[in-house]
Formats: sequence, C-alpha cells, structure tokens
Amino acid sequence: MAKKKSIALQEVSRPVGRIMTTCLILLSFIFMIPLGLVFINALKNKLYISSNPFALPLAEMAAGFSNFKNGIEKTGFLQAAGNSLFITVFSVLAIIFFTSMTAWWITRVKNKFTTALYYLFVFAMIVPFQMVMFTLSKVTDILSLNTPWGIIPVYVGFGAGLCVFMFSGFVKSIPISLEEAAMIDGCNPIQTFFLIVFPVLKPTVITVAILQTMWIWNDYLLPKLVLSSDYQTIPVAVQYLRGGYGSVDMGALMAMLVLAILPIIIFYLLSQKYIIKGIAAGAVKG
Amino acid sequence: MQKAYKKYFAVFALPTMIAFTLFFIVPFLAGILLSFCKFTTVNNATWVGTANYIRAFSNEEFVNALWFTIKYTVVSMITINFFAFALAYALTRGIKGTNLFRTVFFMPNLIGGIVLGYIWQLMINGILGHFNVTLTSDPKYGFWGLVILTNWQLIGYMMIIYIAGIQNIPTELIEAAQIDGATRFQALRYVTLPMVMSSITICLFLTMTNSFKMFDQNLALTAGGPGKSTSMLALDIFNTFYGRNGWEGVGQAKAVIFFVFVGILSLTQLYLTRRKEVES
Repeated sequence: MAKKKSIALQEVSRPVGRIMTTCLILLSFIFMIPLGLVFINALKNKLYISSNPFALPLAEMAAGFSNFKNGIEKTGFLQAAGNSLFITVFSVLAIIFFTSMTAWWITRVKNKFTTALYYLFVFAMIVPFQMVMFTLSKVTDILSLNTPWGIIPVYVGFGAGLCVFMFSGFVKSIPISLEEAAMIDGCNPIQTFFLIVFPVLKPTVITVAILQTMWIWNDYLLPKLVLSSDYQTIPVAVQYLRGGYGSVDMGALMAMLVLAILPIIIFYLLSQKYIIKGIAAGAVKG
Repeated sequence: MQKAYKKYFAVFALPTMIAFTLFFIVPFLAGILLSFCKFTTVNNATWVGTANYIRAFSNEEFVNALWFTIKYTVVSMITINFFAFALAYALTRGIKGTNLFRTVFFMPNLIGGIVLGYIWQLMINGILGHFNVTLTSDPKYGFWGLVILTNWQLIGYMMIIYIAGIQNIPTELIEAAQIDGATRFQALRYVTLPMVMSSITICLFLTMTNSFKMFDQNLALTAGGPGKSTSMLALDIFNTFYGRNGWEGVGQAKAVIFFVFVGILSLTQLYLTRRKEVES
C-alpha cells in the first residue's frame, strides 16, 4: 500500500519520535540486563557469583571457560542437547503430519462423530497438564515409552488439541472447489490432501511448527516424568544441576544457562520474521 | 465427495486418534476416577468417595497456593497487558528502530521456564544481596519476583498480538477521527481501543491461563520457598503427588479442582470479553 499522506494521529512529530526512540533504546538495554548478567557470570569463578553477581569477570574472578567444561561434564549436556534436538524435530514433524490430516478429514467429513471429535480436541486445549500428569506417566510406563522415540507419540497425542483446532480453522477457509477439481482429475483423497490441500496450508504449518517447537524444546515436566533417567533434555539437565544434593555449582549452572539460551537466540535471529508473523497469525485465529 | 473421504478414516484420523486416546482421553478419565480413590499406583486403587476432595480443601497448603495463584494471576494479567499495549502503541507511531525494538522485546519469550527462573534468581538475589536478604527470605520477594519474571517473558508476545491488532485498524477510521478534531487521547480511547478489543480478549485469555497454570518458573525461581508459601497450584499438586506418600489421591483431587478452575475461568473470560468486541 502506498502511503500518500501521513496521518497526524498515527505518527508522532520528529522531536517526540527522537525522545521515544531514546527511551526505547534505554528500555531495550534494561530488558537485556538479565541475559547479559548470565553471560558475565558464566565466565566468572564460581566462588564469586553469589557474592558479586554484578562484577565483571576480571583478575582473580576470571574463570575462562572452566565453568563450561565443568558443567558439560557434570550434566552430560551434549547428550541432553542431542536428545532435545531429536525429540523436538521429530515430534514437531509428526504433529504436523498427523494433525493436519486429521483436521482436514474431520472438517470435510461432516457428521455427528467428527463434530464430537472436533469439540473433544478443543476441550483438550483447556485441560492443564497436572490433570493428566500422574495417569499419563503410568500409561507411558506400561507401554515402556521412556525413550526419545517413545515420547514422540505422546507429544502427538498431547499436542493434538491445539493443532487440530488451528488447522481446522484454516481448512474451513479453503474453497472446496479446489478439491473437487482434483477429484475430477482423478486424484484419490490421499493425493488430494498431499498435492492440493497441504501446500495451501503452509502458513498454518509454519505457525503450528513455531508454537510446538517452542513448547517441546522448553518443556520440562513431560520429559522429566516420561523419559528414563538415561535420557535427559536440556531443561531436565539444567534442573538436575540445581536440584541435586549438596552445594550448587553456580559456575556450572551459569555456563549451562548460556548453552541453553544460545541456540534459541541464534535460531530466533535467523528466523525471527517467520516467528513474529507466525505468532501474530496464530493469535488472530485462536 | 464426503462419501469418498469418509472411507479414509483409518488413514487420516486413526493415527492421531490413537495417540490422543492413549495420551489424553485415557489419562483424563482415569484421573477423574482416581480422584475418588485411595492409591499409590494405579493397580491398588480403592474407592473412597469424596474423601480426597475434603482433604484437599482442608489442606492449608492447597488453600494458600490457591490464593497465591489468584493474586499472582490478577497482578500479572494487569501489568503484562498494560505494558504490552503501551509498547505496541509506541511501536506503531512510525518511529525509527521499530523492528529492532520488536525483536529485543520478544526475545525472552523463547527461553524456557526453567532457564528463565534461574536467570531471574541470579538477577534478583544479586539485587537483594545488597540488603542482606534473598528471594526466599520473605514470600513477598518471591511473589514480586514471579510477577517481574512473567512480565519480562510475556510482554513481548502480547505486544506482537497488539501490534497486529493496531495495524489492522483501517486508516480511514483514524483519518475520520482526525477530521472530526479528535485529540490523540480521544483517538486512542474511542477508535483504537474498541477496534483492538479482539486482541485484548486474546491477550487477557493467554496471560490468564499462562499465569494460572505456571509451573517451571515457579519451580526454578523459588521452588515454593520460604517453606511452601510461594507454591502456586501446579507446583503444589506436583509436590502432593511426588513429595508425600499416601497423598496421591489427594493430589489427583487437587488436579481435578485445578482443571475445573481453569475451565471456568477460560469460559467466563471468553464470554465476558467477546460481548465487547466490535464487529469489523
């Protein structure tokens, strides 16, 4: 859209704009202090972290990268990061694949059964995890799903509510004539879905992928309860470091926090355009 | 068409349904059933009627957690939405650096709750250290610590939604207000706010359920300390399940009560704010 004239109520005058920018720069710095503090303390000798958290890691306080080495050894961080990555990637792929098919099917086949199913999925969205926490961990115990492979179907089942709801909302807006044309051209329903419908779903796929990635990558309780203690994820490893008996190694904790945050920030800076768009789109539909 | 699709139930819907049944429906129904039972594992459950519910409500820790959660939810809902809207409004005035600011303010949202909790523990204990107290010296530190933490985490997310809402307002409406001689404040009050009512609904709903169900941040920041005075409902339920032998049934009853609260809150909120929306 070409901007013909500026509307005074929508824009501020230049001097006011400059003041606002200055204030916002200041606010941005304040916003980043907690993160900066963790980075500083990760390089500090662990004896000084609690007593001098705001001091720079200089002179006798400097610890180089020893905290990182220490923390990685104590928590098996690299393995935890591998588990987190594996679980997140494959769970999100599985969720998108299965729930988009289901959402399309229950939206196109309209009867009492599919309507009931739809409301069941919507209902699942408002149920808090604590409600099913204990019984769910018993079910996964019985089925011995305590491995990174095993937790994937659990995420599909638990993520199904929100994802089916979001995909259904989008499928409703796709004109059915598109699919009719495909049928006339000889597509069976499976071909119709994957060749015609799925490509059109792309914006919702991105939104769902972002929301589910954020959830699963950061999830603490489900992996903690379902996975056997041989398989930790990053949040579980961080909490393990803190929750163990004896005095807490603050240096290792800070280093692990940095390693937990870094991949997220890099991922965010690379794909922030999609993330911010996806969040906005997801909210408008929700 | 419908008929052709219908036969494909096994391909399209069955896999999701199996996972959904096993990992949601079965645990959910079993959870309701077990809330009326005394048990330590699923196999040795015996029916005790409403005894678990009576024990849950007469459990001081639970009642305390409930109040703490309600107070915390109300305060964070108000502060998060106020700041998020203010930022969104400022970032839609055509000033320089808008994209950069948006990026910065949104970033904390991607960090997980456990990690967030420890970041703020370091930060707040560092400041409180100057006064020779820590986060767990007094429940009020934990309370405001949690409020600040969630503000930091969620303001960016809500800001994105408000920005989208403000940008969707047709320019003609603002133009008309200007021609009618509206001041900046009047335009905000009588045009912008009513037009973003649907965004406000969404954001209130999201902040409320997020705050009410919070667990990770609570566990990492204070772990409920001092004592159990800063435990929120989710953490209290977790501790009842896994911290006390013989209380599993009470834990499940608390979880059902928790679910009912979340359900009622979600429905009322939607009902109340949907009425105020402007059809556009």
